[in-house]
Amino acid sequence: MATEILMPALSPTMEEGTLAKWLVKEGDTVASGQIIAEIETDKATMEFEAVDEGTVGRILVAEGTEGVKVNTPIAVLVEEGESADAAPAAAPAAAPEPAAAQAVPAQAAAPSAPAPVSAPAPDTSPDWPEGTAMKTMTVREALREAMAEEMTRDGEVFLMGEEVGEYQGAYKISQGLLDQFGARRVIDTPITEHGFTGIAVGAAFGGLRPIVEFMTFNFAMQAIDQIINSAAKTLYMSGGQMGCPIVFRGPNGAAARVAAQHSQDYAAWYAQIPGLKVVQPYSAADAKGLLKTAIRDPNPVIFLENEILYGRSFEVPDLDDFTIPFGKAKVVRAGTDVTLVSFGIGMTHTLEAADRLAEMGISAEVIDLRTLRPMDTDTVIASVQKTNRCVTVEEGFPVCSIGNHISAVLMERAFDWLDAPVINCTGKDVPMPYAANLEKLALVTADEVVEAVRKVTYR
Amino acid sequence: MATRKAPAKSNVSREELLGYYRDMLMIRRFEEKAGQLYGMGLIGGFCHLYIGQEAVVVGLEACAKEGDKRITSYRDHGHMLACGMDPKGVMAELTGREGGYSKGKGGSMHMFSKDRHFYGGHGIVGAQVPLGAGLAFSDKYRGNDNVTFTYFGDGAANQGQVYETYNMAELWDLPVIFVIENNQYAMGTSVKRSTKSVTLFGRGEAFGIPGEQVDGMDVLAVKAAGQKAVAHCRAGKGPYILEVMTYRYRGHSMSDPAKYRSREEVQKMREERDAIEHVRELLVQAGHASEDDLKAIDKEIKAIVNEAAEFSKTSPEPAAAELWTDIYA
Repeated sequence: MATEILMPALSPTMEEGTLAKWLVKEGDTVASGQIIAEIETDKATMEFEAVDEGTVGRILVAEGTEGVKVNTPIAVLVEEGESADAAPAAAPAAAPEPAAAQAVPAQAAAPSAPAPVSAPAPDTSPDWPEGTAMKTMTVREALREAMAEEMTRDGEVFLMGEEVGEYQGAYKISQGLLDQFGARRVIDTPITEHGFTGIAVGAAFGGLRPIVEFMTFNFAMQAIDQIINSAAKTLYMSGGQMGCPIVFRGPNGAAARVAAQHSQDYAAWYAQIPGLKVVQPYSAADAKGLLKTAIRDPNPVIFLENEILYGRSFEVPDLDDFTIPFGKAKVVRAGTDVTLVSFGIGMTHTLEAADRLAEMGISAEVIDLRTLRPMDTDTVIASVQKTNRCVTVEEGFPVCSIGNHISAVLMERAFDWLDAPVINCTGKDVPMPYAANLEKLALVTADEVVEAVRKVTYR
Repeated sequence: MATRKAPAKSNVSREELLGYYRDMLMIRRFEEKAGQLYGMGLIGGFCHLYIGQEAVVVGLEACAKEGDKRITSYRDHGHMLACGMDPKGVMAELTGREGGYSKGKGGSMHMFSKDRHFYGGHGIVGAQVPLGAGLAFSDKYRGNDNVTFTYFGDGAANQGQVYETYNMAELWDLPVIFVIENNQYAMGTSVKRSTKSVTLFGRGEAFGIPGEQVDGMDVLAVKAAGQKAVAHCRAGKGPYILEVMTYRYRGHSMSDPAKYRSREEVQKMREERDAIEHVRELLVQAGHASEDDLKAIDKEIKAIVNEAAEFSKTSPEPAAAELWTDIYA
């Protein structure tokens, strides 16, 4: 049977091209793979190979023809013994069948994200039963306990990173874990973030549940391709077949006097990526309950800690097994005049500001987001519907910050309840300086939060 | 015109040779069809064909056992067919349809099959190398004797993460076979224009990883080397490197102007070293198959490929609601 040779699409963007030159003539025999023509695309001149074998029965488009649309028949191939006359007439060629990909208009029926909900229903259930006995512990101890409990619970959980084993952790978060679980499950790596992150992601593809400790998240930039392109996207790209249950954890943000390359808050970076979950706890109870949830979660979780908070003590429920769900913000302090939204170390400045505001007679409601993806915006909106004012607080850079996102959500979903513009208190738009006085100026402060609240409350 | 040298006689059985012939031809015909569908606009974006390199995956798959894993780059159609994935599902993924392995959401470069232990299909050059070592890590952690075939090209061999991975794979004795498919061109840059250290397998020596160079146009040679590498890994001796010398007949992707090598060079490889022709000659020479037998196989494969192409055209596009699924488990 005669087959039509169609003008090929030779690049992802080609719609038409010039048939520059025929390398065969009517009556020639061609083999599969033989170059039969040269075609100029929008990018380059390309050689065009025959797909089938046969004899060139008829050439339909002469060489030198410009603007030949993709899928236009350009020649007819006939089989051995078949007459060229069997070939269909040259013109007018049947209208080329549109490629299926083009048959459906691009704008067709992509459903939009779930419609905004005007009446939010925040989850206000307590994190642990009332009357639970409490114990005091540092964030450091809480993190260590969470890992030890989960490694005891599930033999497929292991810890990997620089100095997590024999050194007992650069910040002592993994202290004692090597003794407890052995070198098979507490693995010291060479200083090679890109490589060991990829290995851990591969192990998670293989069904294990790695915890990757980055000595600090600054170093994870060496590995960010594996975190985003491999860990976060594979479930989607595989149509739901391949999961990646993994936790990336370590200190994030400014510590003290370690300057630009060691002082960056990555909250907004990772919170932007679909496929990742992002957690940034403040208290020891949240650190413990959220890390246990992260380790059990079947998705890649970014768990952002803070060096300054490691040594702080908090009350933690004295329970054998307690977790805190993702996507549930916490109203840390109830108030009526303004809503303060923060997370992680930002809570330190926020709570200090709330105390001072109380002395000034301003009642601030303080919300700790705890998880940034999924983000519990319902709790924020419900609060703003009560206070009509909002200030956000974080240590990260101001451009495209978490606060910017909250402002946008409030504009869309709570505009009518706002009595003042939302103000974002953030770190300054500069690389972190080393000098003590400059570093102080670069960070967000309780003073700035108080000042912002005075502005939005017109006091 | 250059001519082929007659192959040396082999003691390989008829069934085994026929299996290789069939598997390699399947890849070639599938890829030719994919190229055709691309030309018709049914396949979009990037599409990297495996034509010419068929003996690499077919030879190595002959060394695999159930539970062994494989992972590769974006030039992945051949690997998927060789490990037993359904041509219909692969082709339908190329056309971005619901019946594709990733429901149309991954495309040519990002396809997976948990059943066949195929872990992608990765679009970032070299990223699959630590991932492959990680898969091997999971087998070692569980204490089984499975291995992971981690394929990458001569281009990826210059990525830093490959050497980070070599270091840890040997340090931890991971059962991973690093298969460098040296087709001599990283997109349009020949090996000689990208490094002075052109013996790629030899780079493992710095980390203590043994390796060797293999004729990738000879499926029997690939299999023999693969068996050695697999035995090394299964015995718990750590990783092994195979640098398989091969050649891609087509462009890097579909939009390759082919200005970096001569037409004669490509033609010479096709005529003198073609891996499928090599097995065909072995079969005919040994009297294992007549021209008619081989034609029958050809016809059978064409039918399977045509069926796959038909399926890839008729399978519907994914439902619009699929946009929002599979983001979180």
